[in-house]
Amino acid sequence: MLSFILRRLGTMALTMLCLTLVVFFLINLDPNLKKLAISQTEMHTSAEQLESWLVNHGYRQNFFSRYGQWLGIVPKQPVIDPATGAPAKRFSFCNDPVVPTFSGVLQGDFGCSTKFKTTVASKLFPALGATGILMFWVLVVMVPISLLIGILAGMREGTRTDRTLSVASIASTATPEYVSGVIFTVIFASWLGWLNGSAASASRGITFYNFTLPVMTLAIYGIGYIARMTRASMVEVMTQQYIRTARLKGLSFGSVVVKHALRNALIAPFTVIMLQFPWLLTGVVIVEVMFRYQGFGYTLVEAAGNNDIDLLLGCSLVSVFIVLITQLISDVGYAFLNPRIRVQ
Amino acid sequence: MQLEYIGAFDVVLGVLARFWPVWVALVVVMGASFAYKKRLGLYGQLFDSAVGIAGVGICLFWLFTAIFASTIAPFNPLAQVAIMKDALPGAVEPQSGLVYLFGGDKLARDVFSRMVYGSQIVLIIAPAATGFALMVGITLGLPAGYYGGKIDTVLSFLANLVLAFPVILLFYLLVTPGIMDTPIPYAMAGLFFLFPIVFFSVLFWTRYKKRPDRLYILLGLTLIIGGWVYAGLVFDADPFRIIHIDPNQLNIFVAVVFASSPGVFRIVRGLVMDIKTRDYVAAAQTRGESPWYIMLWEILPNARGPLIVDACLRIGYTTILLGTLGYFGLGLAPESPDWGTAIKDASRLLRSFIHPALPPTIALMSFVLGLNLLADSLREQSMKD
Repeated sequence: MLSFILRRLGTMALTMLCLTLVVFFLINLDPNLKKLAISQTEMHTSAEQLESWLVNHGYRQNFFSRYGQWLGIVPKQPVIDPATGAPAKRFSFCNDPVVPTFSGVLQGDFGCSTKFKTTVASKLFPALGATGILMFWVLVVMVPISLLIGILAGMREGTRTDRTLSVASIASTATPEYVSGVIFTVIFASWLGWLNGSAASASRGITFYNFTLPVMTLAIYGIGYIARMTRASMVEVMTQQYIRTARLKGLSFGSVVVKHALRNALIAPFTVIMLQFPWLLTGVVIVEVMFRYQGFGYTLVEAAGNNDIDLLLGCSLVSVFIVLITQLISDVGYAFLNPRIRVQ
Repeated sequence: MQLEYIGAFDVVLGVLARFWPVWVALVVVMGASFAYKKRLGLYGQLFDSAVGIAGVGICLFWLFTAIFASTIAPFNPLAQVAIMKDALPGAVEPQSGLVYLFGGDKLARDVFSRMVYGSQIVLIIAPAATGFALMVGITLGLPAGYYGGKIDTVLSFLANLVLAFPVILLFYLLVTPGIMDTPIPYAMAGLFFLFPIVFFSVLFWTRYKKRPDRLYILLGLTLIIGGWVYAGLVFDADPFRIIHIDPNQLNIFVAVVFASSPGVFRIVRGLVMDIKTRDYVAAAQTRGESPWYIMLWEILPNARGPLIVDACLRIGYTTILLGTLGYFGLGLAPESPDWGTAIKDASRLLRSFIHPALPPTIALMSFVLGLNLLADSLREQSMKD
């Protein structure tokens, strides 16, 4: 088991290395660098001035040496101030070293955000915290509801309850966040006026009034999928021999479901819920933009829209890490929960 | 000047009347399918359940809407009639006397016509992109599942690499105006569009190797048609100027294919690993058939059930992806009538006007719902056998 986890962690590190290299390559394409230079300098700058801005801020160094610097395996070189000729900080708003040092992601230095004029760490981690709160409430709503729907539909296959709930879950998987968000806002904010259509005030304090719509919107897309998986797993368990035995020896239907079926039927949904995280990430981006909630997704969109190189790299690192770690947890957890599966 | 309005009941009647070509086509196709359902195989079996009928009906509805869009829509989707800015549903356009059935948006365009024309964009890109993703996924998934070993390790690693990217990040990196100046989208298009040509060439080659008369015709047709489409799509150099794709649409297309082919790859690989242990595969191996013949003519036809179901779900998912792209204003032109862009434009003004937001959201939702119902009922029917 331990060697399996270690091997997986190794693959994970390799995947992250490859992916960050790809992201690094794509954001540092020439048109993107030009866009960054234009947004960072005054209006009407000539092409030479743009070029010299890029050179002065170290964007014209060798690609691999810059990637190495970001990673922290090549010492980060200070830029030379053209006026004085002395080594200087790259950006005035964050403390880059003025002597060559190893200072990259491996050392915990995520770099400078050019859009927010601060260090990436001081922008990214509070945003992650805000998204964590959102995720927590989404899971609190989503998991019990979807499991309940799945179990109710799956315990008596083919009945009217089953058909109704199945069609409802199909409908919910057909409703992406930007659709349900609009519909819910129209119903609950514009029409009924019960809830706030913007979650901008939620970063100061979460209330039922400003936080329900984002949570509801995010949860609804996942509920259908998890419910369908739970239903499939429940249907399979209910046809097993030991369930029939339990029924035949005279146990009531309710106690068969709760005591015998549930425990085995809930193994598969665990994996599904874990693998749902990457999907939730995309949803988080949409919901945070739609409801103006200052979290990770909002930061990602701002970083991508302004070609904020270090911040976008930080965001991709975090999201790729979340995807990979949830995959690992789901594999390990599955083997742990289901004693019939043993990892080789 | 005061606008004239027609009542809510008249709006409903008006909408139903505008869709008349769709109703006619639906009655013809559904009636014929229902009458001959015994002879139509899997498609006919769909008409045995209410879910299946609903799925087929909704999908056909949008298909016919896309085909007859120019007849159904009363206005040009890009035309702006200044007086109709933010007009409520049922407002009568003074000059032509036609009605803005679902009202006007903030740029005074007819919401109804935009919704109808939006279906064209979605129904062209989503199935086509899914088709290419299937080709790529199948062509790479077959050898990965069949041979296993090093090929499998490398291809699976690459697929997992793409799958580990959150879709939204991938789009923000791949669908930008800046990337159009670099050769990356064209290189990727050149690579992806090669797969169908390779797939069909190998398909015919393995089957008709010993029968040159058939082989040369089929191979020639594949290369000519494939090369023609390839030249039109990748280099925009179609000699007859029929096949043409805008650079930004090509970019979207490539990004969507790139994002969804690893999913197909994983499914095909899993299916092949299951099917290759069957007796008929062993029989073909004993006969001395070539590996690619076994993959394409023995394994692939037996994997078609799950693949068809997956294709239905995937077209729906691609529609959602296209909407996401539109919602973030990536790739598609800002005035494009597709549903995602319309939702984005309308959702910013929800506080003042809600009517431009509802038609595109309901359209997108119903189309994806139709595809999901179709997939669900296909799965049930194929499980019965």
